This record gives sequence, structure tokens and C-alpha cells, in this order.
Amino acid sequence: MSFEIIAQAIVSGLMTGLIYALIAAGLSLIFGLMNIVNFAHGEHLMVSMFASFWLWALLGLDPVFSIPITILLMALCGVLTHYFLIRFILKAKMLIQICATFGLSIFIRALAQFLWTPDFRNVDQPLLEGRIEIANVFIGQPQFFASLVCLAAFVMLYLFVTRTETGLALQATAQDREAAEILGIPSNKMFAIGWGIGLGCVGVAGGMMTNYFFIFTDVGVNFALFAFVAVALGGFGSIIGCLYAGIIIGLVESLGGLLIDPSFKLLYVFAIYLLVVIYKPQGLFGRY
Amino acid sequence: MSILSVENLGKSFGGIRANHDISFDISPGEILGIIGPNGAGKSTLFDLITGYTRADTGKVIFDGNDITRMRPDRISNLGIGRTFQKLKPFADLTLLENVMIGSFARENNIKDARDKALEIIDFVDLIEKRHHFARELSTGQRKRLELARAMATEPKLLLMDEVTGGVDQKTIPGLVALIQKMKASGVTIATIEHNINIIMEVSDHILALDQGQRIAFGRPRDIQNNEKVIDAYLGTVDVA
Repeated sequence: MSFEIIAQAIVSGLMTGLIYALIAAGLSLIFGLMNIVNFAHGEHLMVSMFASFWLWALLGLDPVFSIPITILLMALCGVLTHYFLIRFILKAKMLIQICATFGLSIFIRALAQFLWTPDFRNVDQPLLEGRIEIANVFIGQPQFFASLVCLAAFVMLYLFVTRTETGLALQATAQDREAAEILGIPSNKMFAIGWGIGLGCVGVAGGMMTNYFFIFTDVGVNFALFAFVAVALGGFGSIIGCLYAGIIIGLVESLGGLLIDPSFKLLYVFAIYLLVVIYKPQGLFGRY
Repeated sequence: MSILSVENLGKSFGGIRANHDISFDISPGEILGIIGPNGAGKSTLFDLITGYTRADTGKVIFDGNDITRMRPDRISNLGIGRTFQKLKPFADLTLLENVMIGSFARENNIKDARDKALEIIDFVDLIEKRHHFARELSTGQRKRLELARAMATEPKLLLMDEVTGGVDQKTIPGLVALIQKMKASGVTIATIEHNINIIMEVSDHILALDQGQRIAFGRPRDIQNNEKVIDAYLGTVDVA
């Protein structure tokens, strides 16, 4: 096996890994903040891809340019999700919380199938197409751009959470809601912001993926599963953990596919999940 | 004119009357000591005042505002701070960040919030620990962290739940001195204490609770000689 092929697998793995990382970061942020797992995360990703797709199909906006709109739409979607569903189940039993977000996922997917049919769609002749070649390694332009945008979004998310007033207030609420409240931080507002940012992350990833992925109503399922693995591996509630975990998963997927057998790609990723759960249940950077 | 008026406050959990028909006032600038055996309803009283628990009956008036059914963050904005018996530091943030989160209540930019937090951390004598994570601090230091964090919100009234509980003996004088330093800075204080010597030393008035009810309210000297209090609380200390 040549060096080029391995280098190719590493580059591809890194690029998809960054996307997984950002999707996982949204999931982890929401979980860390209010101990609620968003089982509709994959469906939210699907919605963001459709949003980006329709902005292109109806308004002729290339996904690259519509990214800010997609992010805002998804952030709004997050705030509404909190306002109309999550705030009613904050104090409910865990099973009820699971049923609520799982139910939301079924509802969103069914609604999407009803509105847009289960057809596969794609963006014709996007601005970013084709690939570039560096030292015999091929890099897809849309994928490369997507991973750069995801990395930038990640850096911004990290700076926001650690360096701003709202970010610190989010961390405070995540670590001790009662103590945060008596310092004047309204937890419901923080939860709404958390949902907005969490789905905003998904908006970035989904908007970028529209460039090179088929858009269909079940597209989010595998990505959401990978995001769950990334959150478990990185450690529940840890944003930096998601970055490392997403990249590890991307690399395992592509290198495993290359070195062993590509038809078992999913198996390698879920094997990580099992190993983490058995040997390091708190994850790489986890608090729990 | 009192800064806090509690009128006929009551709360039951299931069949248990955690607080029943409690009334008292706090005057600006004083220290109110709250005593009572375990389970007397002292922490519940703080939960009711700060909005964590909704009262079944009665009213809480703070600084002219009826705060009985207000959210904790609103009550905090009006000027009530609190420390917890079971400490609640933000464990994965540094001491400085913990206190900054408090100072953001009044300061809007990072630099001002940071400067003010540093000033208060200095006030509680923890300046060399400012970059340590809260989880790395000792219990006594974490008590100071909670005081600093509450002070950072510039409260008019500070509720302290067993500040000297659970720390070693040699830490106590420093914490008592800190309470008096805070009083001198103009903050009105209500403090729950098990240590009778401390409560007698620092309080202007004392509220004694037993089984959810007020059994006495008055000057420390009067409380010391009150038969109900001796029975319910001081008496058990003597026996022990």
C-alpha cells in the first residue's frame, strides 16, 4: 500500500472528522447545559441541509453565500424548539425527555417527507466543485472548504464560551443552575441561547454539506449516530472533547475502511463507542 | 424602615410543615442570626426568600418590592445575594471566573467585571488563588469563594447559610472577621449558624426556629435567656 493512499485516507478522515466534531459540539452543548439529549439532532441537520438547498433552488443562493442565513434559521429553530417543547420537560423524568426529543425527530422527518417527498436532491453546479491535487493527494474543494468553515466555527464557539459574558453564564448554568440563578442569570434564557447555538452549529455543518452531499429526509440519521459516538468519546459536556473525538472518528472511519474493509466502516466507529463505554465511560475530557 | 419583611410565611412538603407562619424584619445594616436545630426549617426559609421554593402562604417584602413569587434571578437583580450550606462553586471554572460571573450582574464589560472580581477576591484574601479551579480549593477557601461571588453582585442583603460549618477550627476566626468586614462595608446580613458563640458575637438580632416555627426573636441577650430556645436548642448543647 502506497504512502499516497494512506495520506489520502488521513486527509479525507480529517475533513469529515471536523464536520462530525461540529455536529457533536451542538449536541454536547445542549446536553451539558440541561442534561437533555437531543435525539432530533440528525433531523435538525437534515432541516439545515434542506434550508440551504431551498435557498439555492428558490432564490438561487449558492450554499457558500447562504451560510449566514442557514445558521440564523437553525438558531431560530433551536430557540423555538426550546420555547415550544423543551421548557415544558426540563423537570420531567428522563424517559419523558427521551420520548419528547425522539418524538420530535419522528415528527420532523415525517413532516419533511410529507412536504418535500423522500426524493434525493442535490445542488447543481455549486460554486465549489471539483478537486485539487497536492502531492498526489486529492482534496475535494467543497469538502476542504467545509472543513475550514467548521474549524473556524469551532474556534469561534470555543472563544465565545470561554471569553464572553454570555459564554461564562452558559458555563455557570451548566455547572450549577441554582448558583447561577442567584447571581442573576436567568436559566430559561440560557437554555434558549444554548439551543440556538447548538442548532446554529448544525446549521454550519448542514449548510456546508449541501455542497457535496445528497439532500434527503433520512440524511441525518448516520450523522447523528456518529455525533453520539463523538460526544461519548469526547466526554459529555466537553466542547474540546468533541473536536478530538470527531477527528478520531473521521480517521478511524477512513483508515479502517482503507486498511481493513470499507464495507464495515460503521462497525469500526461503533466499536469505539463500545470501547469507551466499557473502559472509559467518562470519555477523554468528560466531567462525569 | 426594614430592608426585609417576612410576613406569615409558610411552606409544606407533603405532610411536613417546613415553615409555618414565620414573621420577622431585618433593619438595614444589621446582622440577623438564625438558629435552630437540624430540620428547623432554616435553609427552607432561605429558599423561600430567594425564590427557589414557592411559598404556600405569606409574603416577603424586600426593599419595598413584593418578591414572594419572583424568579431567583430577578430577586438577585433586586439585591439579594446568597451562599449555600452545601457549597455550589462552579467547579470547572477558576476562582476569578466564578467571581466574574457574579460581577457581570452589575458590570457590562469583561474588563470592568474582571477588575471588580479581583478587588473582591482581594477583599476575601484569596488573591493568590485567583487562577485556581474552584474544585482545587479547600472547603474554607470555597466558602470564601461563595462569599466573594455573592458580594460581586453588590447585594443589599446577603443570606449566608452556615459559613463556618464544615471547616476546621483555625479557619473560623478568619471567616468571622470576614463577616464583620462585610457588615462594615454596608451589607445587611442574615446568617444561619450552628456555632452559638459566633452567633452571639456577631448578631444584632437573633431569630430562633424549631420544627418550622418561630420560637423567639430578639436581642442575643434575650435569646440566651429564652426558655423555649434553651429547651429546643441551647438545652441540648448543655446536655451534650
